[in-house]
Amino acid sequence: MVTVISRAGIWLVLLLLSFAAMLAAKDSGFAIHMGVFALAALIGLWVSISKPDYSRLAKGLGPKALADNTRYYDDVIRWGVIATVFWGMAGFLVGLVIALQLSWPDLNLEPWLNFGRMRPLHTSAVIFAFGGNALLATSFYVVQRTCRARLAFEPLARFVFWGYQLFIVLAATGYLLGISQGKEYAEPEWYVDIWLTIVWVSYLAVFVGTIVKRSEPHIYVANWFYLSFIITVALLHLVNNMAIPVSFLGSQSISFFAGVQGALVQWWYGHNAVGFFLTAGFLGMMYYFVPKQAQRPVYSYRLSIIHFWALIFLYIWAGPHHLHYTALPDWAQTLGMVFSIMLWMPSWGGMINGLMTLNGAWDKLRTDPVLRMFVMSLAFYGMSTFEGPMMSVKAVNSLSHYTNWTIGHVHSGALGWNGMVTFGAIYYLTPRLWGREQMYSLRMVNWHFWSATLGIVFYAASMWVAGITQGLMWREYGADGYLVNSFADAVAAIHPMYVLRAFGGLLYLGGAAVMAYNVWRTIAKGDIRNEAPLYNIDQNRDADRPLTAVPAE
Amino acid sequence: MSGQTKQPFAWHGALERNITLLGVFAFIAVLFGGIIEIAPLFWIDNTIEKVKGVRPYTPLEQAGRDIYIREGCYLCHSQMIRPFRDETERYGHYSLAAESMYDHPFQWGSERTGPDLARVGGKYSDAWHVQHLTAPRSVVPESIMPNYAFLAKNELKVPDIQAEIKTLSLTGVPYTKEDLAKAAADLKAQADPNADSADLIKRYPKAQARDFDGDPKKLSEMDALIAYLQVLGTMVDTESAAAQEHLAKEKGR
Amino acid sequence: MSNPDTYQNLRQFADSWGLLAMVIFFVAACAWPYRPGGRKAGQEASTMIFEEDDHVR
Repeated sequence: MVTVISRAGIWLVLLLLSFAAMLAAKDSGFAIHMGVFALAALIGLWVSISKPDYSRLAKGLGPKALADNTRYYDDVIRWGVIATVFWGMAGFLVGLVIALQLSWPDLNLEPWLNFGRMRPLHTSAVIFAFGGNALLATSFYVVQRTCRARLAFEPLARFVFWGYQLFIVLAATGYLLGISQGKEYAEPEWYVDIWLTIVWVSYLAVFVGTIVKRSEPHIYVANWFYLSFIITVALLHLVNNMAIPVSFLGSQSISFFAGVQGALVQWWYGHNAVGFFLTAGFLGMMYYFVPKQAQRPVYSYRLSIIHFWALIFLYIWAGPHHLHYTALPDWAQTLGMVFSIMLWMPSWGGMINGLMTLNGAWDKLRTDPVLRMFVMSLAFYGMSTFEGPMMSVKAVNSLSHYTNWTIGHVHSGALGWNGMVTFGAIYYLTPRLWGREQMYSLRMVNWHFWSATLGIVFYAASMWVAGITQGLMWREYGADGYLVNSFADAVAAIHPMYVLRAFGGLLYLGGAAVMAYNVWRTIAKGDIRNEAPLYNIDQNRDADRPLTAVPAE
Repeated sequence: MSGQTKQPFAWHGALERNITLLGVFAFIAVLFGGIIEIAPLFWIDNTIEKVKGVRPYTPLEQAGRDIYIREGCYLCHSQMIRPFRDETERYGHYSLAAESMYDHPFQWGSERTGPDLARVGGKYSDAWHVQHLTAPRSVVPESIMPNYAFLAKNELKVPDIQAEIKTLSLTGVPYTKEDLAKAAADLKAQADPNADSADLIKRYPKAQARDFDGDPKKLSEMDALIAYLQVLGTMVDTESAAAQEHLAKEKGR
Repeated sequence: MSNPDTYQNLRQFADSWGLLAMVIFFVAACAWPYRPGGRKAGQEASTMIFEEDDHVR
């Protein structure tokens, strides 16, 4: 009873505080956001009051019938899979819209749907909403299975999930309302940053708590990657977002950092958002799901340990390669370049480790479309981790920087590596989490695979051509010694590439829509499409449980 | 831990079994890179400080900068000219570290979907900016920039300019007490052709005080944004002897 | 803070002892799995995720 009251009390206080802040707000954006907070607190209050079983409480028992401790705690993971699919669709759709806006600028609808407000919506939706939910869901799944222990602090895990969704809603609505602190990939303002910090620390507690109560002595390497991702993202987030609010009742804040220092802190953050959010976390995914889907242990466990240390050691230095030839001191630029080039080695070590896991089972690629997705993601991981170090070389960077080449590079990593490995994980998880024998259709997985792959090819190729075109046109001199092209000439020249890119995005979105239907059908109906069979792994649901909790029989 | 699985791992490395140790080591590993790379830059201040002409933004310019950030201009426009022949001929003298030392946060950008704006100040007339922001393709047919016609319609609303200036000075921007006290008045005066702006210009050298958006009666968001755009890159006289001498010492590019 | 030597001292530490300490830790971490018995430990760890499956070698 005491917990019920104290929980409801916390929500009530939050509700009153945010409601008061809404009324006293200095700007409309802050008022709207405090309204969203108040609504969330109201829902939290309602849940904490209505959920407990009061007849049990009256008898002095716990608020709820005890959970089945002989099973893993998968509710949050189920929500996470659905949220991943939902935010993925949303993020890809906004991506397509802004790609079309760049092709046909009349599609900008001022003020709320202008490109400048839509782009952070796209980047945050795909990185933090789609990628973040995928990381939350898979990390909770993997940590339980590899520790053979039920998730620690279940109510906190639910808070992490819903708190993270609130963060996404606040960030997304903020961009459209024009609330931004003006740092790429770290646009949310101070109060959203504080909220995310609370959620993130809770996430760390749930993850570490589960590892602490594990039944397996060894901590499987996937958890190493997940852990370093959680810790480092916390560090990056806290440092980069250091700011003083102009008013505690307004949305605006002033960053601690300015100029050169600001630039270095921002790209230290920005590049490690790639390195730890989009690489280390997703490598955690790779090191569990690829062996599981291939049904073979990872090629070399020892290589995976080297991969881990080398990756986290080197990545953290690479940020300054975003600032070549700027006013940043030369030594920092050189440092960034050298470490970026060195990064190539652990990255490819990891890729080889993942790919070689299939050694002796390559034939499965012919029949298993999920495994094919994982292999393609590793191929794109290898490709973009070669392209990245190359682009960090100052001579190459002088041409590629500020052009669409960078955009192409980012997307071959994001669509190819992060997207594909996430899709594979979703196809692995969905039947297992909802107790189905297999996905509704494995043929549809195959369609998704080809549509997505073709989409990425269109995307990366068009942006590569566009970027090089820009780079060369900007620096082209005529025989008279004058610049040949105006800036606008280069804009006009790459219009066809923008259109092709949007087409690639459409293919990618189409593939994801097939996945959404497939996942929905598997969850809601659980039937199997009448189709020529493809390879599917038999599950042993009875063995999928924590070790300690098995009752003596 | 079940005794069954424990046996073969009994001698196993502490790191692989101890979550705290693993976490701490991973944390140290990433902390190292961050500290060694970033920390020295906070002591380098003294080498970027003394370029003549760099001053804090006026309240109106700062308000325009807030609109620049709100609309996400930095996502398509850089403010960092690199020391290449084509860039300096296209955009002007390459950017100095000191020129963004009061930019909280910096707006160097990462992408040139549109041209660099580091030295756009004074290149075009106010009327051109109004026309271009209202309907970009009416002046640059190839442009893919969104329309920002609403800026001229929106009255400039700054919740509390004095608090903003105060917060900026807390982070190290050298506003004087007088600047702080007169912030609200300065905000209005700079875009009001009838106001006496001599005092403003004395405290903010080279500040341009006039009606920017073509509608003297109204202080619009367009006024603020154009005031900001027109000051970009104009504070330092890169042709002056002192600046040239400073540039000769700035190495590494 | 404003002592101009601080910058130089930090830089010097960064590319001498700081660098050395990092390299030593890094090499040790990389060499660790190759200690005697490391192969067996690695193999056991890598097959751990299949313990609940009975159809994998």
